[in-house]
Amino acid sequence: MSASHSHSPTPNGGSHESDGHGHDQAAEAAHIAAHLGAYVKVGVALLVLTGVTVGLSYVDFGSRSMNIIVGMIVATIKASLVAAIFMHLKGEKMTIWRFLIMTAIFAIGLFFLTLLAHSDPISGTSYSTH
Amino acid sequence: MSNPITKYLPFFTDAEVPHTVSARPDTGLYSAKLGIWLFLASEVMLFGGLFSAYIFLRLGAEPGYWPSGLLNVPVGTMNTAILIVSSITVVMAWAALKMRELGKYKLYMLVTIVCGLIFLTVKLSYEWPAKFNHFGVFIKKDAAAKYEEFLGNKHLEEAGQSPRWEISGHLLDAPKGSSYKHQAEHNAEHFAHETGRHDAVTPAEDDYVIQLDAVNANPSDKENDRPHFWPVPMSTKLAVIHASDVESASVFAPRHSTYFATYFLITGLHGLHVLGGILVFLYLWLPFRGGTKLYKTNPEHLANRVEIAGLFWHFVDLVWIFVFPIFYLL
Repeated sequence: MSASHSHSPTPNGGSHESDGHGHDQAAEAAHIAAHLGAYVKVGVALLVLTGVTVGLSYVDFGSRSMNIIVGMIVATIKASLVAAIFMHLKGEKMTIWRFLIMTAIFAIGLFFLTLLAHSDPISGTSYSTH
Repeated sequence: MSNPITKYLPFFTDAEVPHTVSARPDTGLYSAKLGIWLFLASEVMLFGGLFSAYIFLRLGAEPGYWPSGLLNVPVGTMNTAILIVSSITVVMAWAALKMRELGKYKLYMLVTIVCGLIFLTVKLSYEWPAKFNHFGVFIKKDAAAKYEEFLGNKHLEEAGQSPRWEISGHLLDAPKGSSYKHQAEHNAEHFAHETGRHDAVTPAEDDYVIQLDAVNANPSDKENDRPHFWPVPMSTKLAVIHASDVESASVFAPRHSTYFATYFLITGLHGLHVLGGILVFLYLWLPFRGGTKLYKTNPEHLANRVEIAGLFWHFVDLVWIFVFPIFYLL
């Protein structure tokens, strides 16, 4: 899936890198050809889920908060499909996964800080009108 | 073969960059792949900061001060679909290059670029301008009873809903000295032309006259409590609001409310990303040395460039997947 499993005999580039006309390239092309259908299927799934998101926003789940939670769950499913299939994260090298895990931890920390600020506002200040 | 760009701007080097195609032994990746993911990680933090500002402001909004149903849902849905289609075509463009089918690559890339341009055009020529000509007046709470026929707070209380403090629609007349005077004159002309009525402009110098949105024209109608998929047409009913009863008055621009401030900031930054993606795609689509010309000498290198640009494009799509429901729907 990724273009990176050919091990060049001259790892330090500089001169000429493989222009990919070898055996590897043919095998990879066949591999990708087999995946084309999957890309279209995922695209169609994303379009359908967009319709689902719109439709569910008009269903009363009891409270606005419940509707937001349902909407965010569908959005997360869509985002995961994009990341896993279109962005090739499924089967991606561990190096990239390590970066992303650290990013996720810091992003969650960022959102957590916001919630802390909301639950314990500085007295005498107000951000609560519009 | 002296290249004027690299001659005078040494930043753009002619030197061969290692690992544009082959994997670096230590990372197992070609270098640009690692680079784009580091960049995307920083983008997660950038948009994450803005989304957490959205959550903070929304949680802190007093009841009735976080609007909903102000954006055009069918248009937003269409734009979402266009972005998704462009995400499919850009991955197909990459796959075509990997299979060494230059013609297909050019076609898929063209479709991607056109989709991006449609998205931006809809945003800049329709969605944003429509907001800039829509006007809202927040009524002071102690004056709200005077405007009950437009606010319908008795009905909302019975229905267990948040109160309404805003009267919105098209501004037809503004108080003396208001910076919206020009817009009001323009709208009043249009209103007179459409309805044949000339009662929109009052002689009083401290009144706002607003051609009402359906929700303010008939605030006790249960139909108006629900969010609507198709935008509800504006009524021809007018409201006259005394300037001294007004807490704040503004077009639907960032200064209108924290809702519109975050809406324009986040969709604006997202739009800049779409624009950046289109420019890179154009470069890779046109016969530049680093674009389709590269196909002749090193097709794998071009395929990798397209993969990198595509990763950025998918990320922009991914951000929109969250932007769309939080501003348009929920």
